[in-house]
Amino acid sequence: MSSVNRRALLKGGAAAVAGSTLGAPMIWAQNIKDVTLRQFGTGVSNLNEVAQKVKEDLGFTLEMTALDSDSVTQRAATQPNSFDIADIEYWICKKVWPTGNLQAMDTSKIKNYDKIVGIFRNGKLTPDSEIAQGTAPHTVGFTSGPDGTDFVQEESGWMTLIPTIYNADTLGIRPDLIGRPINNWSELLNPEFKGKASILDISSIGIMDMAMVVESMGEYTYPDKGNMTREEIDMTIGIFTEAKQNGQFRAFWKSFDESVNLMASGEVVIQSMWSPAITAVKSRGIPCVYQPLEEGYRSWGGGIGLSAALTGLERDAAYEYINWYLDGWVGGFLMRQGYYSAVPETSKNYMSENEWGYWFEGKEATDTITSPFGDPLAQAGEVRDGGSFQERMGSVACWNAVMDENQYMVRKWNEFIAS
Amino acid sequence: MEKLLRNNTFSGWLMATPLTIVLIIFLVLPIIMIVVVSFWQATEFSIIPAFDLENYEFLFGSPVTYKVFLNTFKYAAITWFFTLTIGFTVAYFLAFHVRSLTWQIALFLLCTIPFWTSNIIRMISWIPFLGRNGIANSALISWGVIDEPLEWLLFSDFAVILAFVHLYTLFMVVPIFNTMMRIDRSLIEAARDAGATGVQILWNVIIPLTKPGIMIGTIFVVTLVMGDFITVRFMSGSQSANVGRLISNDIALLAYPSAAATAVVLLLTVLIVIGVLLRFVDIRKEL
Repeated sequence: MSSVNRRALLKGGAAAVAGSTLGAPMIWAQNIKDVTLRQFGTGVSNLNEVAQKVKEDLGFTLEMTALDSDSVTQRAATQPNSFDIADIEYWICKKVWPTGNLQAMDTSKIKNYDKIVGIFRNGKLTPDSEIAQGTAPHTVGFTSGPDGTDFVQEESGWMTLIPTIYNADTLGIRPDLIGRPINNWSELLNPEFKGKASILDISSIGIMDMAMVVESMGEYTYPDKGNMTREEIDMTIGIFTEAKQNGQFRAFWKSFDESVNLMASGEVVIQSMWSPAITAVKSRGIPCVYQPLEEGYRSWGGGIGLSAALTGLERDAAYEYINWYLDGWVGGFLMRQGYYSAVPETSKNYMSENEWGYWFEGKEATDTITSPFGDPLAQAGEVRDGGSFQERMGSVACWNAVMDENQYMVRKWNEFIAS
Repeated sequence: MEKLLRNNTFSGWLMATPLTIVLIIFLVLPIIMIVVVSFWQATEFSIIPAFDLENYEFLFGSPVTYKVFLNTFKYAAITWFFTLTIGFTVAYFLAFHVRSLTWQIALFLLCTIPFWTSNIIRMISWIPFLGRNGIANSALISWGVIDEPLEWLLFSDFAVILAFVHLYTLFMVVPIFNTMMRIDRSLIEAARDAGATGVQILWNVIIPLTKPGIMIGTIFVVTLVMGDFITVRFMSGSQSANVGRLISNDIALLAYPSAAATAVVLLLTVLIVIGVLLRFVDIRKEL
């Protein structure tokens, strides 16, 4: 396949092919149909619907494997030949990138690069917003060149991950079982919820939730929650170990389904949670709120990285896939589940005005809001928890992170679980 | 050649060779590898070959290790006690109370029915049963036995041991039943003729003769419980730990050397336990 054709397509493509999904398969003819790209990542965006749509729109096969965060890190770091596309979070990228298992991506080949939100480029949602603590995506989003294994802080034209999905996380609660307003992270350790609280057992995310709680309790203010010292780690985990021994926690969860079951069964009334888990509880007809809290959100972002071993036609197909990813269909699909797309404006074309208003602009729903799978999530008149995109992503207090003292933290975390 | 084959020692060695090769490749070499790796060092994404005692130093230096090992023994001991009591009773009933062989086989097969589903499913099915709003609690409340749901039914040591007993009792039943079936019935008659009571027969005749079965069942249960991690994780809601969980956590975090060191210590511990058990009964002699 000549790359001239593809370039011509990409350059002309942006303007000429509004839907863009039409152009690619024609140029690729039959060759591309034989291409199979192996993608793996966490469950959030590894959806079979995406693979099906890729087959329809682009013609090649995308094999998806969903794993938990730990396994994803492990695989990206140790088995570079087992995947073509890694769908990973930015904090995982910080761990994996230096191994050289991923290759830098040329932003000039990314059609919608200029429309990617500022969070992933210079770190700022709006020109005057403050950059949150932790591993902010833009700090690990760029590298120095095609073979770089370092990170650079400016938009160098070589991206480590192409951002695809992100969200602002907070605590999930069962308003029917709590019966009063919850406004602070510190409520997680409130003795009122003894035996009815939970936190996730994934150390790198759990420690951030802990830090939010500790700050909210007024115990300590971290210079940087995303990069604690040993003393800070000891103190943070100490507070939680004491709470655990006093029976504060009902259980810890490691997988998405566990968190849904804990909440839906009423075993737990307040816990760290991810937004689709809230959706899953709600779609069973059980009230569940993704409670915005005064201290702000703990945010995360994911992106697509290419295996260093990917070359030739497969790599071209991967770029094609990335461009398609940012083109709006996936964005719309993800945004209708409560996530955000890296290029929100293209997603708008794939959402109804009501959906766009509810999910992105924080407006009252004018009609029933349903998930992409058809479950009703909100009725007319309801507003999204936390409000608009600007409000939610504007009050991010920290990003999921990897610390310099990560190994120490992990050992301490293990002790916390075992104690 | 013929001469060689007729030589007993030689053909004996020859017959043992295939199994020896399989065991060396799939058992001995991996264990040696684990021992070797346990002295290596690891960073977040690389493993560095070295000879370093740091993994063991950390392991033996952390109070959590002792706590977790103690917890593992606790699970093993309590589970052993219950599986033995239940397993012995069931086997005794099958072997001595059920008279016809057909019924013995039928009832024995009945015991194995739960094994048609996977371990994990049998374990997880306890979760909705024992939960705060689960069947057990709602039944107890509706009978008026309790007013408040019992919190300790699920995500507790109770739940862990319940699941262990449920999962592993059959491993006790089978070997005990097997040895009981081979007890010469005339010994029991003789004991009765000599004026022994039921309890005396049980204590002085049946139990001594079923010792090998009990020992084999014990080895099964103890090794299974000490090596388990998934039951503990699910039934305790990730709140308790045993050695298996320490290892699985380490592996999840790419700390293979530290996982290997823990595995070596666990292996030695289990071997010591089995060595002690075998002191009580010489299985080879009794089988």
